[in-house]
Amino acid sequence: MTIVKTKLNRRSFLKASALAGGGLMLSFSWLAGCKPSPKEVALGLPDEWFELNAFIKIGENGAVTLYNPNPEFGQNVKTSMPMILAEELDVDWKNVWVEQADFYPERYGRQFTGGSQSIRQGWQPLRTAGATARAMLVAAAAQTWKVPGNEITTEPGFLIHQASGKKAGYGELASLAATLPVPEEVELKDKKDFKIIGTSKKNVEVNKIITGKPLFTIDYNKEGMLVAMIEHAPAFGMRLKSFDAAEAKAMPGIKEVFSFKVHLDEYEHNFFDTTTHYEMIAIVGNTTWEVMQAKKKLKAEWEIAPEKSIMQSGFGGNASKVKIPAGLESTEGHRARMEEFSKKPGNILRRDGDPEAAFKKASKILERTYNAPYLAHNCMEPVTCYAHVTADRAELYGPIQAPEVISNTLSARLGLPKDKIQINLARMGGGFGQRAYGHHLVEAAVISKQVGAPIKMVYTREDDMTYGIYRPTYTATYRAALDENNNLLALHVKAGGIPETPIAPNRFPAGALDNYLAEGWEIESNITIGAFRAPRSNFIASAEQSFLDELAEEMGKDPIEFRLDLLKRAKENPVGSRNDYDPERYAGVLELVREKSNWGQNQPGIHRGVSAYFCHNSYVAEVLDLRMEGNKPIVENVVAAVDCGIVVNPDAAANMGEGAIVDGIGNAFFGELPFKDGVPQKNNFNTYRMIRMPEAPKNIDVHFVKNDIDPTGLGEPLFPPIFAAVSNALYQATGRRLYNQPFMKELESGITRM
Amino acid sequence: MATFNLNINGKSQSVDVDPNTPILWVLRDQLDLVGTKYGCGIAQCGSCTVIMDGNAVRSCSIPVSAAEGTKITTIEGLSENGDHPVQKAWMEHDVPQCGYCQAGQIMSAVALLESNPNPSDTDIDNAMNGNICRCGTYVRIKKAIKTAAKS
Ligand code: FES
Ligand code: FES
Repeated sequence: MTIVKTKLNRRSFLKASALAGGGLMLSFSWLAGCKPSPKEVALGLPDEWFELNAFIKIGENGAVTLYNPNPEFGQNVKTSMPMILAEELDVDWKNVWVEQADFYPERYGRQFTGGSQSIRQGWQPLRTAGATARAMLVAAAAQTWKVPGNEITTEPGFLIHQASGKKAGYGELASLAATLPVPEEVELKDKKDFKIIGTSKKNVEVNKIITGKPLFTIDYNKEGMLVAMIEHAPAFGMRLKSFDAAEAKAMPGIKEVFSFKVHLDEYEHNFFDTTTHYEMIAIVGNTTWEVMQAKKKLKAEWEIAPEKSIMQSGFGGNASKVKIPAGLESTEGHRARMEEFSKKPGNILRRDGDPEAAFKKASKILERTYNAPYLAHNCMEPVTCYAHVTADRAELYGPIQAPEVISNTLSARLGLPKDKIQINLARMGGGFGQRAYGHHLVEAAVISKQVGAPIKMVYTREDDMTYGIYRPTYTATYRAALDENNNLLALHVKAGGIPETPIAPNRFPAGALDNYLAEGWEIESNITIGAFRAPRSNFIASAEQSFLDELAEEMGKDPIEFRLDLLKRAKENPVGSRNDYDPERYAGVLELVREKSNWGQNQPGIHRGVSAYFCHNSYVAEVLDLRMEGNKPIVENVVAAVDCGIVVNPDAAANMGEGAIVDGIGNAFFGELPFKDGVPQKNNFNTYRMIRMPEAPKNIDVHFVKNDIDPTGLGEPLFPPIFAAVSNALYQATGRRLYNQPFMKELESGITRM
Repeated sequence: MATFNLNINGKSQSVDVDPNTPILWVLRDQLDLVGTKYGCGIAQCGSCTVIMDGNAVRSCSIPVSAAEGTKITTIEGLSENGDHPVQKAWMEHDVPQCGYCQAGQIMSAVALLESNPNPSDTDIDNAMNGNICRCGTYVRIKKAIKTAAKS
């Protein structure tokens, strides 16, 4: 039993208020459709709702609505976050329906999807919200029945006083409970008593998804709404010079064509304000197809943009000047510069022992360099946003992972106070980090303001793939010093990228080695980048785990055994004090994957690779099996072992893990966005190869370590290690180590660039 | 502009649009059937898949002028309440993540099973190769198709 304070942070968002007739929170109920869902019909809509707190309202008939605070982009928080509420509230999941909360941080606290943090950071607040509402229902029963509160127990949806035999549904006491003071402290359930958490519940939206109900921003429609598209510069490093709109404007169904600035000059950027194109052309008309046709008739001239600097805040605030260099960059040039930087000394990020001396006395040095290209996120739903901006208010509906940050940007751009800007959170057709950057909300708002009408802005796939905010390109060089007995003396990593280094210097294998050196470097660029599922980790894991595989072989060790030896050292006698992982939990997933994959029992024709990584507070090890059909690898099976603490919704968690594995295999095999003279060389799926069903593993098994540690990240951690599981298995299959992503290209080229 | 008489989900509808307008945009913008999604516009992703005279087709790349005289089924026309065997299998395996591609996946699967009630793994791979799922739900899609085939 744990007692917690209900005032969780500076916002005491558990304040209750009676809420009649559903009002307030249902301001955006078009999503529910005019027709109640079959479940809602079966449960019966109540005549009146009583709000116990922002997350929970209960109808007089016992119906329970739970609000999912965080933006949903496929990670299934809309199911798992309410499950946590339902657990502590003690209701039957069958009797619950779930709604998406609007962006309303005063009520919901943190409303951010990113960094695999929703469940980790929502865990305590949601449990507390559920337990608080339950405590208020108990207090209402105690008052009504005139019995002490501590004699009242609950069973799902009911309050019970054993001694007197009294029993009442939550609905009967909800009206009184909603008026009672919020208790200062509440008791949380014992984890061993969980009935909902840890059992698989279906996605609360699955019915709407499979019947094609309007769910996404692109599906949104409103009386008088116009459709807008944009034209951005064709290349990074270019900007609008002039344009002739006459022909486009004369096309059927077209209302307006104009250029607009995304930000005002001298604007100080927020952290997620990454913007590639500061000035764009908007084409606004009646229907999508008409606007698409008119867009083709636009005659725009673009010119080389000069160097520019902007003020931008860091993740935690603190603005600094950021330079956006001039120039039309190409992948060729990037490679040359990265090679040059790899050879120069970098910034020392961590140094243990005396690595230089160890390398001097080494009898053998293994040195390998790994490269990976830019990647486009390619969310299935292209960038889109609905906006309706009038003189005194703005209403937006869009796919956004970080609404709080963009509300500041909107306020600055529109000159409206934040409380006049309503951001409603759409289900996103994918996000993967890219939808943390809310430029599209600003663009849609500016367009709406200019045309004086509600608009829905939609990017074409080509606009989406070429506008920027990519996964950066990276290079890492690993060196290991071995003595004459093949003992590992020192490890050195130097890694960088455009425009950031991928190194997390205090992660494994730091802490396991007496002599360790990590150096980073970065090259500036005007090609915009942003978070992409496990930023930085998604590259450095691939390099590190490929290198450890090769090093283990060099040392004559089994690759799992080798990692376990290092982890044993990190546990028993760690080097340095800032190591940010728990070696025991890390070893735990390696041991579990060894067992579940029957490691060591090789099947004929099957080639295996292993890899592991720690990020987003979670531990993952993966074994990938493939066979070759001619030159084509066929992935037969992937076994993953995951330690992310308590798993709220196991089957959905496995789905997310499977997705991360498929995503990683796809990017490892095919993912690549090259540039020439600032122009992205791929702009749609005919040239940008995505993984498709035949290339996906035939089977994936995700195993979770069972413990009762509070939950940690899940959406990202299965992604980084799979890249090296692919390359390590391909090495077993072909006898060739692969150092350059995408691997299929390297495999087909027959040339290894090291 | 011209008038076209269409048969969508068993209902006759007439629309007045440019003859080159792809079926996708007629469905979404004229008929308010937004279950069919836009993903690429060039017949590469399958988000816009509908069934036309029994075949899975990419509605983004077929002009409305070619639709007259055909029977088109969209995701909305598959069943009243989501109880088509393929939809039920999708629910059983809890397939979707973001969900954006899933209408297209389901329509491809339905067309496959209508012509081949007992598809092999290779048949499934071939039939579904035109549908990208960015979230990577392929393993579940395949399982769901097998479940639906059994029912
Ligand atoms: S939108 Fe038609 S195939 Fe992609
Ligand atoms: S479920 Fe997201 S694209 Fe398929």
